[in-house]
Amino acid sequence: MTTALYDVPGPHARSRHRLYGIAATAALLALVGWVLYLLFDTGQFTAAKWTPFLYKGIQELLLKGLGNTLKAFAYAAVLSLALGAVLAAGRLSDHRAVRWVCTLLVEFFRAMPVLVMIFFVYVALQAEPLVALVSGLTLYNGSVLAEVFRTGVKAVERGQGEAARALGMRKTQVMTHVLVPQAVRAMLPTIISQLVVALKDTSLGFLITYEEFLHAGKLIASNLDYDLPFIPVVMIISPIYIGLCMLLSALATWVSRRQRRNPKVEAAEVGPPEPGTLLPGAGQHPVPPRE
Amino acid sequence: MNVLLDNFSLYGKGLLGTVELTVYASLLALALGLVMAGFRVAPVASLRVFGTVWVAVLRNTPLTLLFFAVVLGLPRFGLVLPFTLFAVLALGCYTSAFICEAVRSGINTVPKGQGEAARSLGMIFPQTLGDVVLPQAFRSVIPPIGSTLIALAKNSAIAGSFSVVELLGTYKTLNELGYSIVWSFIWIAVGYLLVTLTISAVFNVLEKRWGVAR
Repeated sequence: MTTALYDVPGPHARSRHRLYGIAATAALLALVGWVLYLLFDTGQFTAAKWTPFLYKGIQELLLKGLGNTLKAFAYAAVLSLALGAVLAAGRLSDHRAVRWVCTLLVEFFRAMPVLVMIFFVYVALQAEPLVALVSGLTLYNGSVLAEVFRTGVKAVERGQGEAARALGMRKTQVMTHVLVPQAVRAMLPTIISQLVVALKDTSLGFLITYEEFLHAGKLIASNLDYDLPFIPVVMIISPIYIGLCMLLSALATWVSRRQRRNPKVEAAEVGPPEPGTLLPGAGQHPVPPRE
Repeated sequence: MNVLLDNFSLYGKGLLGTVELTVYASLLALALGLVMAGFRVAPVASLRVFGTVWVAVLRNTPLTLLFFAVVLGLPRFGLVLPFTLFAVLALGCYTSAFICEAVRSGINTVPKGQGEAARSLGMIFPQTLGDVVLPQAFRSVIPPIGSTLIALAKNSAIAGSFSVVELLGTYKTLNELGYSIVWSFIWIAVGYLLVTLTISAVFNVLEKRWGVAR
């Protein structure tokens, strides 16, 4: 983990650290207390602002918003995985023209803010909000995923592809049967992390009036009958939204931890034997690490 | 072409807004991120916990939600600031979590012996971190920080929908003026490319001068 930045504390340092710890905790608690005071002071905990959440209609509105968010995420995730695969295949193609076009597309869409693409589809092509949101997310995340796939394929040990070709496999077979399965396995945590980005960015739908989670929140928050419960809405929406993203992030961490214990993946990372041993491959130059 | 020439000052204002947002938010993010990275490796447990929670929460917060909460929420506590300042606050805090992670992994790349040598000279934690480890970590974190700041510049587009003058927001005015929507977007795209390519060029120079030789 972290480099050894400090000595193992002795009794004196321990008591000093405890003092710092208490001071820091007190400062944080004071901050929390101040926020709570502000919340109470501005009347955020009055019954008028919270009872609406007991109404069935309001709950349904929130759930519908959450459902729309998840729907957009599902579409965007599937489509960007597909687009990523296509673009990665294009960038690894043997044909120069295909390679160039795909490289250009990937570089362009990665350099653009997602929101520019979403707005372009929404305003210039006058698409439905859901279509605009999903296509924007797909173009951006697909391009990023294409790079992930490509680095993954490139990182598979060269001998794997060579062995497959030596067995007489065609280049498509080499890719689909040998390289891609290993690349996806190695890149799975990165792929899932990118999907977290897609999930977070579904909230951009709010800006083009897609009826997602934040939109539902805004509707409730701007209701005068409920005394404009903006802060309660944020207090309900954020834990759910952030929690969902954290769950997906945790999945990525879990997968990567699990892989570190997986002999199949570890086997791929074993370096070449030391020169002088009699194992196969001895005396070869170590393969320089590729990007 | 006409779209650009006719509305040069509008585009200029938008581009300037984006650059301003990017610069101020970057400064905030770098400062906060560095402090949080310090917290995350500190010997005091409560600071470590605070740093961890800060990163875990902000990294998993949709930026639009953060903007929503900051721009529309803070005024309800009587905190009324210019919209640009709110946007800088939201962008800066959000990005600080990513900067913190970059710096922390940079700290991890510094060989253990460096910290140990510093300690054996009698340096205390702030000295070890600030005088020995961080300067070396800085060399290896230039590329990840560069890509984080590029992401920040792109994320600043969200601010346009929260009443901040910036590049993407110019499309609304152009649309009302009846200009070709496709062309106005093309020039907006060029503007963003300009900003992101500049950042990446700056970081390439930094990397050439101070990066770790590989």
